[in-house]
Amino acid sequence: MKLLRFIEFLRRNLKTVIRVCVAVLVVLVLADAIPALVDKHHAHTKVEHLPGFWAAFGFVACVLIVIVSKAFGHAGIMTREDYYDE
Amino acid sequence: MSDLLAIIGAVTSDLGSLTSGFWLHPALILIVGALVLPLVPVSLRRAWLVLVPVLTFARIVGMDKGTFGEVRFLQFTLVFGRVDSLSMVFAYIMGLMSILGSLYGLHVKRAIEHTAAWIYVAGSLGAIFAGDLLTLFLFWEVMALSSVFLIWFRGREQSLAVGYRYLLVHMAGGVALLAGIMLHYGATDSMAFGAFDVNQPSLAAYLIMVGFLLNAAVPPLHAWLPDAYGEATFNGSVFLCAFTTKTAVYALIRGFAGMEILVALGVIMALYGVVYAVLENDCRRLLAYHIVSQVGYMVAGVGLGTELAINGACAHAFAHILYKGLLFMGCGSVLFMTGKSKFTELGGLYQKMPWTFLFTLVGGLSISAFPLFSGFVSKSMIVQAGFEDHKLWVAFLLMLASAGTFLHTGLKVPYFIWFGKNHCSKETWESAAEPPWNMITAMAITSFFCIFIGCYTPYLYQMLPYPVTYQPYTAYHVSETLQILLFTALGFFLLIKKLEPEAKISLDLDWPYRMGGRAFLWLARKPVQLVDNAVGEIYRVGGLIPLMVSARMSSVFDNRVIDGAVDGLAATIRSVGNRLRGVQRGLLQENLTVAFGVAAILVLIFVWIF
Repeated sequence: MKLLRFIEFLRRNLKTVIRVCVAVLVVLVLADAIPALVDKHHAHTKVEHLPGFWAAFGFVACVLIVIVSKAFGHAGIMTREDYYDE
Repeated sequence: MSDLLAIIGAVTSDLGSLTSGFWLHPALILIVGALVLPLVPVSLRRAWLVLVPVLTFARIVGMDKGTFGEVRFLQFTLVFGRVDSLSMVFAYIMGLMSILGSLYGLHVKRAIEHTAAWIYVAGSLGAIFAGDLLTLFLFWEVMALSSVFLIWFRGREQSLAVGYRYLLVHMAGGVALLAGIMLHYGATDSMAFGAFDVNQPSLAAYLIMVGFLLNAAVPPLHAWLPDAYGEATFNGSVFLCAFTTKTAVYALIRGFAGMEILVALGVIMALYGVVYAVLENDCRRLLAYHIVSQVGYMVAGVGLGTELAINGACAHAFAHILYKGLLFMGCGSVLFMTGKSKFTELGGLYQKMPWTFLFTLVGGLSISAFPLFSGFVSKSMIVQAGFEDHKLWVAFLLMLASAGTFLHTGLKVPYFIWFGKNHCSKETWESAAEPPWNMITAMAITSFFCIFIGCYTPYLYQMLPYPVTYQPYTAYHVSETLQILLFTALGFFLLIKKLEPEAKISLDLDWPYRMGGRAFLWLARKPVQLVDNAVGEIYRVGGLIPLMVSARMSSVFDNRVIDGAVDGLAATIRSVGNRLRGVQRGLLQENLTVAFGVAAILVLIFVWIF
């Protein structure tokens, strides 16, 4: 049950957890801009050389997927649960 | 552990060679084990449930490469054992998964459930080692016919209908496959199962490919998968999610590596699954849609067809079987304990099932390809192959799909079951608790493998069919992956209101046959009912009434002597007549089971004897 105590500890300190997460995001983008840390010769296309390109890609991808899928679903694909019941 | 397995493997292979020339097929161990299981005393049953899959796995590990088990049958040569590096990597992971799946369901009392699961695994192993198309087809059908029971055993009212739909779709795929095989044999005079001409595919090749694509759940032939895997028993889905689609991926690699159209189909699959997963409210159906998405990567890899891409497809299938098994184990535990699988009926369970949460999270991080988890070292090979083949759209769209994967499986599933708003009813909340020890152990071992594969790459890479020069742990790749995933997480928490699950279902491409079937039934019901009634009437008029009439007539002549006897006879005939009518309209499910059983036994006897 130590695991449960750990989860509850994190939930009690939610503000700190969020701050740490935001810091990680910032560090990630900063590190991406330093050639000594992240060697970009593995990149396949020019756009990937922009610092934080994949961060923007990930965020836009997430928003796009949620919005497009929900729009698709609400266009008539989602229906009541007993649709197939006779 | 590997030494021990090697020893057991050596012993079993020695046993195999004792009976001169007899090659012990690993599937045979499972089949015999499955058929003997109901006879094993209850006190020894758990030991048997562990022993048989372990022996099977040991036999797979201990196998020499080569071609074995060749049987002449009519004018064909059946090859039961083509053991090479491609079939080995698939057989290895399937053997391993059969151990984990059996351990997970160890406490299930009904022996027949284990029997069905093992025969299903045996079908998969048989298809993988098959060197000719006829043997492939035989085991292909064994898989479909045994796995449907994993759905039926759920025992809900709708389980029966789902099972029939599953069977119907797979029979249609089987017919396409068989037709292709026959045409192929007619054109080439050969039953050998090798690479087809992917540049100018014949009609036969296309038909065979359709059979494979259906089992790989490629849209528009995919709707059976979420339908079935969301309905199967809690441990049935753990088996289902591993074997059918991955056997199909194996068959595609063997037959259609480099087939251009598969690249586009694979990318469509990868995104299709993601879109439907956003809409899904049932956690196991969500996972099922993500099988479609993940198998999309493999299908795209097969289509690319380069050494790196094929390695990637194999590696991803290997990793996928483990992490998807783990995810289905986690959601299966929730279902087993609470009886619920919908997000709108769950939530806040971290207080009750923290370990189940942790293991499910490991599965979620693995499927999302987090560094140090298994997906990271396998999925990226396929994306890399796309870049190297200068198919940028493939690589970027697969990247997009992997953001979606993390969004749902890594974030949505754990969040809305274990955190989020608590939608649990009083009974759900009270029944929620950690599952039995064997389920926890199975999840722990599977989690270990997911992390082990991610951390120690040679374990998986050495098994792949081509030598691996690819190195996943470069600073660039780690940075790229972490950025995509963590910023997806940022998007998730910003959009969490929009992602709140809705108690709805989503229409998918099973609509045509579910509604079309209903129209067909409506049309057919009247004539069929008419014939049925007419036949019943003939029985009644032709059999019962004349007897009753004659009985009545004879009673006029001799009331005292004959009356009782004839009445008795008439009653007997009436009951026989009723029973006949009953058989004629008897439970289709029972009749089918008996028919399939008898047919399967006949075919096996036929093949083994002649």
